[in-house]
Amino acid sequence: MGKLARKVAMVGAGMCKFGRNFPEKRNPDMWIDAWLDAVDKTDNGIEPKDIDACYVGNYSSDLFNHQGHLGPQMANLVGLTPKPAARFEGACASSGIALRQAVLAIASGVHDVVAVAGVECMTEQPTVNVTDVLATASDSLFEYPAGATFPGLYGTLASAHFKKYGTTAEDLMRVGIKNHENGAENPYAQMQQSIKDLMDSKRAKYEKQGRDIPEWEDEFDFLKSSSNPIIAYPLRLFDCSLITDGAACIFLTAEDVARDFTDEPIWIAGTGQGSAALSLHDRDSLTSFIATREASKQAYEMAGIKPRDVQIAEVHDCFTIAEILAMEDLGFYEKGKAVDAIKEGESKLDGALPINTSGGLKSKGHPVGATGAAQAVEIFKQMRGIAERNRQVKFDVETALTHNLGGSGGTCVVTVYQK
Amino acid sequence: MSENEKSFTIESYLEYIRNKKLMGSRCKECGATYVPVRKLCTECNTANMEWVEMSGKGKLAAFTSITVGTPYFVEKGYDRKNPYCFSVIELEEGPMVSGQLVGVNESEPDTIKIGTPLKATFLETDIKGETKVDLGFEPL
Repeated sequence: MGKLARKVAMVGAGMCKFGRNFPEKRNPDMWIDAWLDAVDKTDNGIEPKDIDACYVGNYSSDLFNHQGHLGPQMANLVGLTPKPAARFEGACASSGIALRQAVLAIASGVHDVVAVAGVECMTEQPTVNVTDVLATASDSLFEYPAGATFPGLYGTLASAHFKKYGTTAEDLMRVGIKNHENGAENPYAQMQQSIKDLMDSKRAKYEKQGRDIPEWEDEFDFLKSSSNPIIAYPLRLFDCSLITDGAACIFLTAEDVARDFTDEPIWIAGTGQGSAALSLHDRDSLTSFIATREASKQAYEMAGIKPRDVQIAEVHDCFTIAEILAMEDLGFYEKGKAVDAIKEGESKLDGALPINTSGGLKSKGHPVGATGAAQAVEIFKQMRGIAERNRQVKFDVETALTHNLGGSGGTCVVTVYQK
Repeated sequence: MSENEKSFTIESYLEYIRNKKLMGSRCKECGATYVPVRKLCTECNTANMEWVEMSGKGKLAAFTSITVGTPYFVEKGYDRKNPYCFSVIELEEGPMVSGQLVGVNESEPDTIKIGTPLKATFLETDIKGETKVDLGFEPL
């Protein structure tokens, strides 16, 4: 148990530019852009005739775009009709699940090559509707009537972490500052601005309008100001990820055919998935995600590695507190100790364990159903040494990890990649 | 219908809430208690429950003060200047439940302390001529 029946490789990966793309780009448009980018990054090219199936991760096109049944739609757009195509849903972990199911299908011997899609177009709806659609990923029977929003659920978890471990609002801010610095180096990111860049542009705007120019001492001063209002205490606006439209595409193959597409396959060394009660009140802990602990345990065992072997990771920072919880639940740091590592700069691009080199959901953007696949795109680039601008890590990455969380921790998919 | 004939469904639980009673189910086999109600005990995999009324007393396990609320809470009149608290409460009988936290200073959330003793309160809201009852908690 716990082993793939045959090895699975990632041979190509790409994405569209994330952002508020609607109406210029809708799901079909973004998916084609992501597909072309992934084909471009597959060394020897890849064609529809090479591909056996299309697995699509998407959270809620039904409510965002009045469109269900995305599997065959996406497959058709890239010439895969009449091959099998299906959509997978697990809230924000949807394309992490699609990727995992593709791995299992290939390992089983049923398929040799699968195209994995992640797509989500959120900005077709006004923000209040987006928030309400996202709320359907929490427990609508008992949490929603009590007033829960997504920022509210993560704010609740943050309050428990603050109380138990002495975590502070500044600890959360460090996560956001770091991820915005990384996102500034990612041409595919929604917000390609550091917090300092944002402060400068705000000052310039105020000056232009003839208003008093704010005198923020540093980033923390800015992040504690009225420019960064509370959304759900203790979370402020810049603790929350973005509302984003985006798509990503991954090509996975069996070992037997991987070298038809590239001389440098990246192996899926481990995959794990966990679940938990939707409601926080039905969980074993308010400061740790059991689904993350379960998914990572499976993935580490399959890969035969320990958490300390991971050299870089893309983790699910839908809120800044979520990155801290992930660093602990993945076993990188003891509970309550991740904030010390963050303070020391260990998770920065030049740190001992760079986390979210892409800018994360915070800065790259979070088109929920596309996020899991987009995390794999960043790992592909970092392991190949092709990350754009100044965000390529300075060492050879042999082992990497992605952590894709659904909702407020009801689903988690962890994937380990090796060269 | 007597209390122990009422089926162990969500609707029964909600009907109790509408009648301002916080009820749970207790497994007759192993004693595990569930709030909100469950018919199947996932501790011992049996379906042999009885209704039990909760004291309504507990303590604050975690909370948030929300300035950008759900449409339901916006309809109740909450907004940026008038935030509300969502909370998770650990009941003295053991289970945790979700509820709105009232009787606190939502605009000064630093003054709200985890561990504060609370008691259940049933919050009535009139929406479109209909009175809704939701479970809430307030400091003891």
